[in-house]
Amino acid sequence: MDWLLQQSINGLGLGSIYALIALGYTMVYGILRFINFAHSDVLMLGAFSAFYLEPQVSRLFGRESVVGAIMIVILAAGICAVLGMLIEFLAYRPLRNRPRLTVLITAIGVSLFIEFTAQHEKVFSAKTQFFPRLLPEHSFQMGNVFFNSTDLLVPVVTLLLLAAMWFIVQKTRIGTAMRAVSYNQQAASLMGVNVNRIISFTFGLGSALAAIAGILYAMKAPGIEPLMGVQPGLRAFIAAVLGGIGNLPGAVVGGLVLGILETFLGGIPWLSSYRDGIAFAILILILLFKPAGLLGKATVEKV
Amino acid sequence: MFTTGAKRWLLLGIALAVGASFMAHSPGFGMNRYYLGVTIDAGIAIILAVSLNLINGHTGQFSLGHAGFMAVGGYTAAKLSLMVSPAGEAAWFFPIALLAGGLLAALAGLLVGIPSLRLRGDYLAIVTLGFGEIIRVVVQNMEAVGAASGLKGIPKYTTLGWTFALAVVTIYFITTLVNSTYGRGFIAVHDDEVAAESMGVPTTRYKVTAFVIGAFFAGIAGGLYAHHKQFLSPTGFDFLKSIDIVVMVILGGMGRTAGVIAAAVILTLLPEFLRAFSDYRMIIYALLIILLMMLRPQGLFTFKLKKGSQA
Repeated sequence: MDWLLQQSINGLGLGSIYALIALGYTMVYGILRFINFAHSDVLMLGAFSAFYLEPQVSRLFGRESVVGAIMIVILAAGICAVLGMLIEFLAYRPLRNRPRLTVLITAIGVSLFIEFTAQHEKVFSAKTQFFPRLLPEHSFQMGNVFFNSTDLLVPVVTLLLLAAMWFIVQKTRIGTAMRAVSYNQQAASLMGVNVNRIISFTFGLGSALAAIAGILYAMKAPGIEPLMGVQPGLRAFIAAVLGGIGNLPGAVVGGLVLGILETFLGGIPWLSSYRDGIAFAILILILLFKPAGLLGKATVEKV
Repeated sequence: MFTTGAKRWLLLGIALAVGASFMAHSPGFGMNRYYLGVTIDAGIAIILAVSLNLINGHTGQFSLGHAGFMAVGGYTAAKLSLMVSPAGEAAWFFPIALLAGGLLAALAGLLVGIPSLRLRGDYLAIVTLGFGEIIRVVVQNMEAVGAASGLKGIPKYTTLGWTFALAVVTIYFITTLVNSTYGRGFIAVHDDEVAAESMGVPTTRYKVTAFVIGAFFAGIAGGLYAHHKQFLSPTGFDFLKSIDIVVMVILGGMGRTAGVIAAAVILTLLPEFLRAFSDYRMIIYALLIILLMMLRPQGLFTFKLKKGSQA
């Protein structure tokens, strides 16, 4: 029982982070129909932004202060939103209307470019760096179940961001435009929607979420390094497919399901060393049996 | 019996192999160990690129898991060689080990090919990437092949002659296959899957066949690689290795055998020339991919072709 509870807490934390990243993948896929491989690197850039902002911000607000932490998160999200839009503008916009494979390979190229640049000695260097604590941490114990304040913070922050996302997408003008562009780009543009602006906004929004996810991930992980985004990024993509790609609630459900499954299956002793393969095995199974994902609708190809 | 294109390739390949092995063995033109090593690397790269070209180029699928097939072949062949003669005194066994590696890799290709019948484009890319990762995770946990610390002391059986002979066989087999009556099916799947299907081309079978054959040769390349480097580690077969092979195919022009061979050689030699800039090498490499996609997505070496020829 304790084991179940402990794994649920761990799984929920991991799943929330997957969900935040998966939203970025699924939004971009919904509109442009390609996998933005660079998304996982934006997550890394978010964590590194926070890493470099922390000393400056704590000089102003003091170490581990709540206001300081919020400042760091907002600034890092802002930086990454701009970077995300820049990536779209420089690398993906010139390739609009090209075959999807061309864009996919470019996305891989962008991702490699960010990773190798970040690994360079004069940038972040390849070594793992200790991520500063942004908030005071308290540990709790209930019977044999251990958790700390970060474990609680992650799902709460995720929930708040999801609510904000839901509001933006469903209730605002720009959200309506986003949905219109994802439904039919050409028709939307005929109705006066500035498609390029909407795509840019989508990248900004997704990148901001990725940055926050990166900071949350770094708070739970022992340290940060330039390749830290690769594994959670791949998992989050799988989560997006699991929930039905292009479907926003699907990304959240997929993220949580994947996080919890991975924690539970990885907690079984003889499976634990295969942990890295579990997500991919789930991906292959879902694509074999329900390729549209848990919440996705099957589409028929028209000729 | 041969199409003219295939015959031309066969002759060119034989000439290359004979010339190369002559140079390696004659004292006057003797290559030192370094050049010999790099030349073998290039030969292995040719096999990998040409075999991936069948899947990604001719058949128009998108596999990001070629390093996984290479790993299967490499580990199988190396383990068998070590079991037969740990001291490396059974060179006669080398072809059998290579063949076994290729066959097991082909089996892995069959396993990847089956889900591929339902998937297209980027979904397929991510599934093949996943298979590559799963293979790596499995190898990392297999004590019999050294797990995470790698497999050491593999006998050095790979020679220049073996490498280029097998490269020629790969090039010959795949160009002949694609140019044969049967091979039209691969190109039909590439050009328009729906139209091909409605014309009665068994698209599923072609896709799986492409995966199986591509994986077989990747497995052979893996075996050559294992007996060349004498050391295998799971991290050597990661996502980046697959990307390297994909870039060779793109740079050469998808479905263009001549270009793909040229790209494989160039991309193997390039890092050797860029040693002085090794800090920036990978950054340049990534930029190259992006620029290539923007400026010449059809590949650098795409020449005008004779009507109806695919090689």
